[in-house]
Amino acid sequence: MTEEQIFEDLSPADVYRTAEALRADGYRMVQICGVTREGSTEVLYSFDRDHRLVNYRVDVPFGTSVRSITPVYWAAFVYENEVHDLFGVEFEDSKLDYKGNFFRMSAKTPWKGPEKEVS
Amino acid sequence: MGKRTIVPFGPQHPALPEPVHLDLELEDETVVRAVPSIGYVHRGLEKLTESYDYESMTYVMERVCGICSFGHGWGYTGAVEGLMGVNIPDRAEYLRIVFHELSRVHSHLLWLGLLADGLGFDSLFMHCWRIREKVLDVFEAVTGGRVILSYCKVGGVKKDLTPEMVQRIVSMCDDIEEDMRRTGYVFMKDSSVRNRLCGTGVLSKEDAVELCCVGPVARGSGVDNDVRSASKWYREVGFEPVLYDEGDCWSRCMVRVDEVVQSLNLVRTALRNLPDGDIAVPVKGPAPVGDFAFRVEQPRGEAFYYVQGNGTKNLGRARVRTPTNINIPAMVRTLQGCNLQDVSMLVITIDPCISCTER
Repeated sequence: MTEEQIFEDLSPADVYRTAEALRADGYRMVQICGVTREGSTEVLYSFDRDHRLVNYRVDVPFGTSVRSITPVYWAAFVYENEVHDLFGVEFEDSKLDYKGNFFRMSAKTPWKGPEKEVS
Repeated sequence: MGKRTIVPFGPQHPALPEPVHLDLELEDETVVRAVPSIGYVHRGLEKLTESYDYESMTYVMERVCGICSFGHGWGYTGAVEGLMGVNIPDRAEYLRIVFHELSRVHSHLLWLGLLADGLGFDSLFMHCWRIREKVLDVFEAVTGGRVILSYCKVGGVKKDLTPEMVQRIVSMCDDIEEDMRRTGYVFMKDSSVRNRLCGTGVLSKEDAVELCCVGPVARGSGVDNDVRSASKWYREVGFEPVLYDEGDCWSRCMVRVDEVVQSLNLVRTALRNLPDGDIAVPVKGPAPVGDFAFRVEQPRGEAFYYVQGNGTKNLGRARVRTPTNINIPAMVRTLQGCNLQDVSMLVITIDPCISCTER
């Protein structure tokens, strides 16, 4: 169902504060997912209010972490653990951290992209 | 405080059609904490975008789930159409509504049967599944498939309905409505059903909002976030969300009972007003660089589809967030404080589809 939607870029440092502001404005968290990139993982956060979809693209370089939004939206633990297990993104201060045991997989972080080539 | 005991529930359990594991921490017979664990059927379907172009991925996406297969096909093709700026013909929009609502009818009847089975009410279980067969017969007659329909394609749908088939579907809707008048009455009034479901597993409206619930779980707690309300096409066929306020297992059941009848009405209205014209437009060329998100109200609730184009025929990313995915936290919350004997009812009324969730 085609609908009004917005895509914006956001820095990892602003994720938690933005989630708090959206929660205060009555937004519902829709999903979080990862996208494979070279040297980083793009994490997409989606929120909804009155069928208006707002999406934030957050570029998380390898070796860095992003603050968990589970203190704001507890239900985010499902997605954060999924993104952690598939893409290797670390979420700090999670309310429910499965520590890499959410999905049972033979390969570790199978969807993590390649390291960025240094020219 | 009694001694705490941990009881493992699943991944194989008579109440579970699919594998999910719960560690139930009990004090006497009261659940004080439940920790879910999934991952038994993760297939990595989204990763197949690397191997299949955006048209072929439709077949993969339909196989995310065997029950709401049509909706996954619609959600994915809708996202690709949005990314490519394609407007499909009005007739195709209406035909998608017809098949999606018929899918809801068969999915809810399947679930009502499973609930009756969980209650030990075997004759009710068999009645629900007997009624459901009528929808599957229509699917088979139109598409050749009873489960995986392959009806949607990027740009529209694959097959038109003949006037005879339209009449057959309308007659089938009338039949099922008559069946539901009797079967739905049992769910609504029978004391053995009500004793087990009423007041069990209450999820308050506040908790449903806080936990971002979707579908009959949210609507059973009075939360209206049905994405069909935002659809111009659904408004044209007279869609109104079904809401119950009690928040217990019975209200989640009744949302589904009422939605079966409502979906039959939507199908009949859509067929009565079926626009003339083509059923698809041609779509060619690579997917442009960009993002698009699309949502479909599946029988279990809102499903989210996200595609990212990279200028080639293969998408950079195709993501599905299924309704069970977001309803797992609600299941965990309602399990806290419930009696051990009610765990199976609670899990069933969330209608978890784990294969969908893990993809």
